[in-house]
Amino acid sequence: MIDFLPTAIPALLNGTGVTLQYTLLALLMGAIIGLPLALVRVYGRQRLGRIADVYGNFFRGTPLMIQLFMVYYGLPQLGVTFPQSIAALLTLGLNSSAYQAEYFRGALQSIGSGQMTAARAIGMSQWKAIRYIILPQALRLVLPTWSNEAVSMIKYTAVIFLIAVPDLMGQAKIIASRFFAPIETYLLVAGFYLILVFVATQLLRAVERKYQLPGLV
Amino acid sequence: MRDLPIVRIENVHKSFGSVEVLKGISFAVQPQEVVVLIGPSGTGKSTLLQCINLLTRPTQGKIWLEDQEITAPGADVDKVRQRIGMVFQEFNLFNHLTALGNVMVGLTKVQSLKPAEARKKALWELERVGLSAHADKYPAQLSGGQKQRVGIARALGMDPHVMLFDEPTSALDPELTGEVLAVMQKLAREGMTMIVVSHEMGFAREVANRIIFMEDGDIVEQGPPQQLFTQPQQERTRRFLRRLTDFASSE
Repeated sequence: MIDFLPTAIPALLNGTGVTLQYTLLALLMGAIIGLPLALVRVYGRQRLGRIADVYGNFFRGTPLMIQLFMVYYGLPQLGVTFPQSIAALLTLGLNSSAYQAEYFRGALQSIGSGQMTAARAIGMSQWKAIRYIILPQALRLVLPTWSNEAVSMIKYTAVIFLIAVPDLMGQAKIIASRFFAPIETYLLVAGFYLILVFVATQLLRAVERKYQLPGLV
Repeated sequence: MRDLPIVRIENVHKSFGSVEVLKGISFAVQPQEVVVLIGPSGTGKSTLLQCINLLTRPTQGKIWLEDQEITAPGADVDKVRQRIGMVFQEFNLFNHLTALGNVMVGLTKVQSLKPAEARKKALWELERVGLSAHADKYPAQLSGGQKQRVGIARALGMDPHVMLFDEPTSALDPELTGEVLAVMQKLAREGMTMIVVSHEMGFAREVANRIIFMEDGDIVEQGPPQQLFTQPQQERTRRFLRRLTDFASSE
């Protein structure tokens, strides 16, 4: 037990780095796919919107773990094989995009139609109106719910240890079995997650405050 | 010879589903003319304004802006709208931009002016509506009357050839309408061509060159304010004006 902490802490710190990497990349990928999906649903043609809808329902309606197994074990049967890291990132990113699309859509829809009308009236194309008038407002509105997704993602990434990615959870599993100390290990790991979530929450609050519009309390 | 009209509307119809809101409207607006559209609510006045800058497409009929038929297929709608300023009942200021930003955004993003130039122009437009001291305030920090004046400055920034006002004072507290009407009156004096939908009869009487009375999607009667207000030719016009005065005196 004497070298539990000296061994566990560095390993878990490594795992934390991996968890953070996957969290950030998955959120980024989720935003890059999710935002266009939301735009298509709000401003696009109906048929495209329906496809986006089916996509969203699939990823929000099935367990993340099953999605991960489909990508890592299922796709190779169709001849598409990914290394663990890519399979993990792909699953997390696609899953997050479905949720982020919902949040972005809600924000876009809560902006009054008068904003678009006024933008078109000064001669903006629909795209310019979205880019310069709608999005800057929608992104501010989405921040609180988006923060929720970001914080959740820190914890969702824990599933990727199932395909042997050495994230925080993956390291925990190794340490726990090596020292026969599951309770101590998982308590310690829970503490790591708590700290990550706390720091992320504070950071995102600061971002919200920074972009808050004067006069709107 | 008369000048080429700024706006010419020919037999414009507009239906929403089975409801015909405009039933064949025709009129022309000459340069520097101020036309005020009056009539009961729900008669299609606002729809007509929206047709003029193509925010709503007429179901039938043609509209010219100077020598261009803007209802023609293939007309560049975004270009057309830059020549038509629009002021909305609900202001519709861009909430994430300051007063200055609201005026600048069209200049930088639509007219591709350099930021420094756009800033100078926008400040000048805010000066015109008496708001240069509030340039850095956000919409939520402005009063209704100030918001509407920013709305006017934003439209003016694009150097429109005609300004459309859709009930510009209807959403304002009574004590705030004056500052907006004063700005509009000043614009009229400076020679701006204006089409105004309004219930402000005092403004119509003083500033309009012509009043158009609409009811049920049709033009019932039109003429100089003096004539229309004192000797309306049509019974429907008389009825409308009587209701207005009854309403005003009952207040």
